[in-house]
Amino acid sequence: MAISREDIEKVAYLARLQLDEAQTGALEKDLTNILNLVDQLQAADTDAVQPMAHPLDAVQRLRADAVTESDQRAAFQAVAPATENGLYLVPRVIE
Amino acid sequence: MQWEVVIGLEVHVQLATQSKIFSGASAAFGADPNTQASAIDLAMPGMLPVLNGEAVRMAVCFGLAVNAEIAHRSVFDRKNYFYPDLPKGYQISQMYAPIVGTGLVEIPLENGETKQVRIHHAHLEEDAGKSLHEDFHGMTGIDLNRAGTPLLEIVSDPDMRSAAEAVAYLRKIHSIVTYLGISDGDMSQGSMRCDCNVSVRPVGQTEFGTRAEIKNVNSFRFVEKAINAEVQRQIELIEDGGRVIQETRLYDPDANETRAMRTKEYANDYRYFPDPDLLPVVIDDSYIQRLRDTLPELPDEKRHRFTENYSLSDYDAAVLSQTRALADYFEQVVETSGDAKLSANWVMVELSRLLNQNDTPIERCPIAAESLGQLIQRIRDNTISGKIAKQILEPLWNGEGTPDQIIEKQGLKQVTDSGAIEQIVDEVLANSQEQVDNYRAAPEDRRPKMLGFFVGQVMKASKGKANPAQVNDILKQKLEG
Repeated sequence: MAISREDIEKVAYLARLQLDEAQTGALEKDLTNILNLVDQLQAADTDAVQPMAHPLDAVQRLRADAVTESDQRAAFQAVAPATENGLYLVPRVIE
Repeated sequence: MQWEVVIGLEVHVQLATQSKIFSGASAAFGADPNTQASAIDLAMPGMLPVLNGEAVRMAVCFGLAVNAEIAHRSVFDRKNYFYPDLPKGYQISQMYAPIVGTGLVEIPLENGETKQVRIHHAHLEEDAGKSLHEDFHGMTGIDLNRAGTPLLEIVSDPDMRSAAEAVAYLRKIHSIVTYLGISDGDMSQGSMRCDCNVSVRPVGQTEFGTRAEIKNVNSFRFVEKAINAEVQRQIELIEDGGRVIQETRLYDPDANETRAMRTKEYANDYRYFPDPDLLPVVIDDSYIQRLRDTLPELPDEKRHRFTENYSLSDYDAAVLSQTRALADYFEQVVETSGDAKLSANWVMVELSRLLNQNDTPIERCPIAAESLGQLIQRIRDNTISGKIAKQILEPLWNGEGTPDQIIEKQGLKQVTDSGAIEQIVDEVLANSQEQVDNYRAAPEDRRPKMLGFFVGQVMKASKGKANPAQVNDILKQKLEG
């Protein structure tokens, strides 16, 4: 299966990646190769195989419900570009 | 044309854990901005989530309460989108293998019947932070205290057919989660939020119409109003030759209308995939059985018990079992007073009126259940009449003492001394010679009605304290004899 230029542009937009013409062209080739590999995998008979969510044969460990973190706002905000009244400031997201 | 309304709800319930779903930061409400946002919640590089076992327990308890299948193996996925109050650039959720499968809840209808609403599934996820759009020099302020708070998203099938049914369903979910103690259910603080999927179709048509989703409705009243406004909009649109488009809308309570959110291109392409940072959650039967054994009596069971044990009507039982706090209060009143029917009336009528007037929830009712029970006991043992009891309710509310103290202090004790009542009756009869003559001249069947006049006069003269049954007897004796 070949991927289209529009697909690449859409995925790049969703991932907030800015690609130039040359990068888009190179990715078109690379991704098409990857999708061809996926096509080969898809052709395998998986009827008797359970879907795998994780490659490790292990299960999630559960944490006890306890507050173990203390307030480190000052340290975190020391590296933030802009803060005010304890809030992180970001470019306006609503007009 | 006749239209049928089709509604499905997605209810987000904030789980009442101490810490967050994937970090050890406090999940308490109302702290200073960002003082409860840990490195994990801030998505600092290299941080890894560790699942809170309590969130899993709460989700399973909900599933058991709605007779749902519990997934022995559930998986967390990443839901990818960019917004500043979502530091990782994805929300950890469960898309393909949620922890709670299909279930069922029963809702009461206005006509007294009940209806089953199917739960499609319920899944665990993390909440996002909060964006504050007040002006910070043209910037937006971000508070990440809420980021990582555990949510249970409960998704219904499109089974509801009116705004009233949607509200009844939401109340039922609220009732279940608060009975289980897995959420405080406080909608005003965002502990329960609701997205409403609404569509209309001509009556008789089997395919669904195109639906619009009203996001983030945060009160029972707004759910009803928002759905009704949206239904009206869709019907008018279609009848004017237009078409409903699938979109996300917001309800504006001031204008009582829904408005389309500015939809970004591709906004709904979340590219879910399993989160490699989290392993599958595996639950065995013994764990599920252990939790099943801990389930409290749920609203439906309580309602049935109230009708069976206390001989209450379905309606009374439904009202009194709606919240665990109200049900517990009522049962304590019954225990003290010894009369369920009378207790039900007092809690639902007189006490409710006071609670409403003072905008006070039952949890903060200043009249202890035992006090109300004692008051009712005094009606039962003829110390006071029901009418006098109503006068005592307000001093009770204001903390002026126990029912007995107030009765004593205000001299409200019912007069049951027949000599004393006789004296009042004699005075009344002596002052109403004309009415007495009329009564004696009247035919038998008209007399009961005329007796009311004398009862009223005697009660007035005794300041409401004479025992009404005795007054009736003595009056009849004197008038007829």
